[in-house]
Amino acid sequence: MMADSGSSEEIAVIGNTDLISDESENNLINTMVERETALLRKMEINVTEAEKRSGKNTVNMQETYTVYLIETRPAETVPEGGTPAVPDTLWRRYSEFELLRTYLLVTYPYIIIPPLPEKRAEFVWHKLSADNLDPDFVERRRVGLENFLLRVASHPVLSNDKIFFRFLTEEKGWREAVLETGFQDKVDSRLKSLSAMFRVKNPDKRFTALKQYSDELNTVISHLLRVRARVADRLYGVYKVHGNYGRVFSEWSAIEKEMGDGLQSAGHHMDTYAASIDDILEEEEHYADQVKEYLFYTDAVRSVCRKHELSQYDLEMAAQDLAYKKQQKEELATGIVRVFSLKGMTSKLFGQESQEQREIRLAALEQSIQEGEETVKEKNAECQEFVRTAWEDIERFKEQKDKDLREALISYAVVQISMCKKGIQVWSNAKECFSKM
Amino acid sequence: MSEHTVPADLSGHMLDLDEDEDLEVFSKSTSLADGSSMPNSPSSMVNQYRLEEDDEEQQNGNTKDIFITVDNPESHVTAIETFIMYRVLTKTTRSEFDSCEYEVHRRYQDFLWLRSKLEENYPTLIIHPLPEKFVMKGMVERFSNDFIETRRKALHRFLNKISEHPILSYNQHFKVFLTAQELAPHRKQSAGFLSRMGETVRAVANSVRGLSSRPEEFTLMQEYLENFSNKICSVNKVTQRVIKEQREYLDELKQYSPTYVQWAGLEGELAEPLKDVASCVERCSKETEEQIQHLSQVLLPILHEYVLCGETLKAVMRRRDNIQAEFEAKNETLASKKADKEAMQVEVDGLADRVEMANNALKGDWSHWQNSMRTDLKSAFISTAEKNVEYYEKCLAVWELFLLSQRVEPRKELDEEDVS
Repeated sequence: MMADSGSSEEIAVIGNTDLISDESENNLINTMVERETALLRKMEINVTEAEKRSGKNTVNMQETYTVYLIETRPAETVPEGGTPAVPDTLWRRYSEFELLRTYLLVTYPYIIIPPLPEKRAEFVWHKLSADNLDPDFVERRRVGLENFLLRVASHPVLSNDKIFFRFLTEEKGWREAVLETGFQDKVDSRLKSLSAMFRVKNPDKRFTALKQYSDELNTVISHLLRVRARVADRLYGVYKVHGNYGRVFSEWSAIEKEMGDGLQSAGHHMDTYAASIDDILEEEEHYADQVKEYLFYTDAVRSVCRKHELSQYDLEMAAQDLAYKKQQKEELATGIVRVFSLKGMTSKLFGQESQEQREIRLAALEQSIQEGEETVKEKNAECQEFVRTAWEDIERFKEQKDKDLREALISYAVVQISMCKKGIQVWSNAKECFSKM
Repeated sequence: MSEHTVPADLSGHMLDLDEDEDLEVFSKSTSLADGSSMPNSPSSMVNQYRLEEDDEEQQNGNTKDIFITVDNPESHVTAIETFIMYRVLTKTTRSEFDSCEYEVHRRYQDFLWLRSKLEENYPTLIIHPLPEKFVMKGMVERFSNDFIETRRKALHRFLNKISEHPILSYNQHFKVFLTAQELAPHRKQSAGFLSRMGETVRAVANSVRGLSSRPEEFTLMQEYLENFSNKICSVNKVTQRVIKEQREYLDELKQYSPTYVQWAGLEGELAEPLKDVASCVERCSKETEEQIQHLSQVLLPILHEYVLCGETLKAVMRRRDNIQAEFEAKNETLASKKADKEAMQVEVDGLADRVEMANNALKGDWSHWQNSMRTDLKSAFISTAEKNVEYYEKCLAVWELFLLSQRVEPRKELDEEDVS
């Protein structure tokens, strides 16, 4: 009878399809840890707790915020029966994670920097709170922050960063250390700019395609998450309505003689059914979070593409500038004015400059051209280096994305299977009760 | 007759808006002064006492000797109206029937007529309700296929309930309904509108007076009825709500699958699993659709019928009360009268008998009805639970298939299971 969960036929074919949420979380973490970096070989990283704090903020107003406990311990295998080493711990608040990420974004513009979990809850279905201090939200954020740290720690380039290491190990003084790197000076304000002013003539076609893909992915995932939230909302309604059966059957059983027991016990199963949706939807929320991570990743991808455009733009500007100077030199040398210039006009109108003046100008131009050529060479090298390193990370990212999202889809199927098994159980039980009516 | 305070259960029959055959309502053979309009024919009286013996046999079904089906709804169009005719097929071995097979065609009005005759003849028997004339909650149009099908099933159930009833199934009008090719002439002959009106007037008069004492068992019955009515209405409402929520869930599900397909269009390696998920969701949508259908077509109609039963039962109790009240009124008058005592005494005795018969009929039918109710509801609930199990089993299979296709290497658990 299918009422028994895990009948032998299913298991022989499929294997264990019942994963509890912790396990599915670990699956993702395990895949990251597999890509062992030097850092992860050395240490184990966890974000284990969240706590509310109050304090005065920068404008001297009282505020409540949440801090998260980061635990690190040496990644040695614990001997059988032995106790694991006591971890080092420190507390960090969300804004510190943001600062870390901003630092990484600026310092490694060619890397797709892992995203942070959302600051405010979006794509929520009605039952789930959008309140930042709500314990469920805080818990999901804790998981997201741990995820972020592991992503960075398992990245071949980012894991070697000293500031990141100090973020994990030095509670005090870290903030100052970050600011001391002077990364703010490297911030390219143009990155955020949507201005068409920075139109690039010859971008690398792969980046153009990637940017388009990233934008489309962003749209489609947003849509998917919205619809999923609505589906979850409706499913919640269906299950909860059945709770009314529980109540009515119970009342009805009181007036019946023969039917009473059957109705009463069936009513209890209806209550169980109605209550079961809470756990199911919580499990599904993990799936939504996994997909959401890649929604946020699209911003990071877009950022890298944009950076390429800007460096390409700088190169093109430098090249254009050089070409113009060369032209000026030619005009000066040959006296032939190809392009209208004010200097040219005025000198035609007000008389030629002296040979001496011309030679001074020519020398200055030569100098400028030499510098220009250096600049172009530099920019060109930069650009090529950027393309090379960025594309390396992009390939890595693509592989990671395909693997992770496939796992996410699998975990979604697991949630559905769990829901179906529970449904079979409850309704089989209810049927038995009805049979006793 | 300025006041038409019509008891709720009769209104459907009396104010039949479909009916253009007004003439048939006024029959020749009845008048208000007729006394009792309740023909207690000798056969029906005998049947009432036969009740206890026959009850068990009928319920075993071993001696079921009449089989009725209602099918083939067909639209009939005349200059005046459009209506549906249903085919009523009867197969029987009963000696009262000249033949063993009958095929007739009846419309909804005819069923109404039959039921009102039965109520007339047996005021305190519990007669199964007919489906309503109109469906209120703006659900279906009068001649939509769903509506016709739901009605056909209800009419089928109605006739079968009558045929299973130890007394009603031997009623003359029932036989005529099943056998006569043309029902119209028989309808014209029946006691009609005026007699029903007469009963109503008396009922009103008596209810104003009130009952001196209702026997305990009927009071208990009344209490049970109120509660039962209440509960079955609630179950009905909850079921309607479940259907509504399921429909809204289905609407969202239908939008869900295409988003996965859309995503798949952007991807390379990921495209296949995305498309697979899309098709899983779609399959589950179809199953949900079927589940909703089952609820609407199996559970809901039965619940609805028992909601109507609640009303029927309340009417039966009222009628019983009226019969008792009438007797008590006349009895009192007798006590205070000086002359003509003998004639009145006869009348009062007659009424006393009537009370006793009415009570016995109801008592007997009560347990019959309760068993019937239990059986019907039990089977409807079981069917619903079974359908839900089936729904989840099908969805389970869909998702497990997906998992199987995604898992490239067998996991460790697999090996362990194989060994065991």
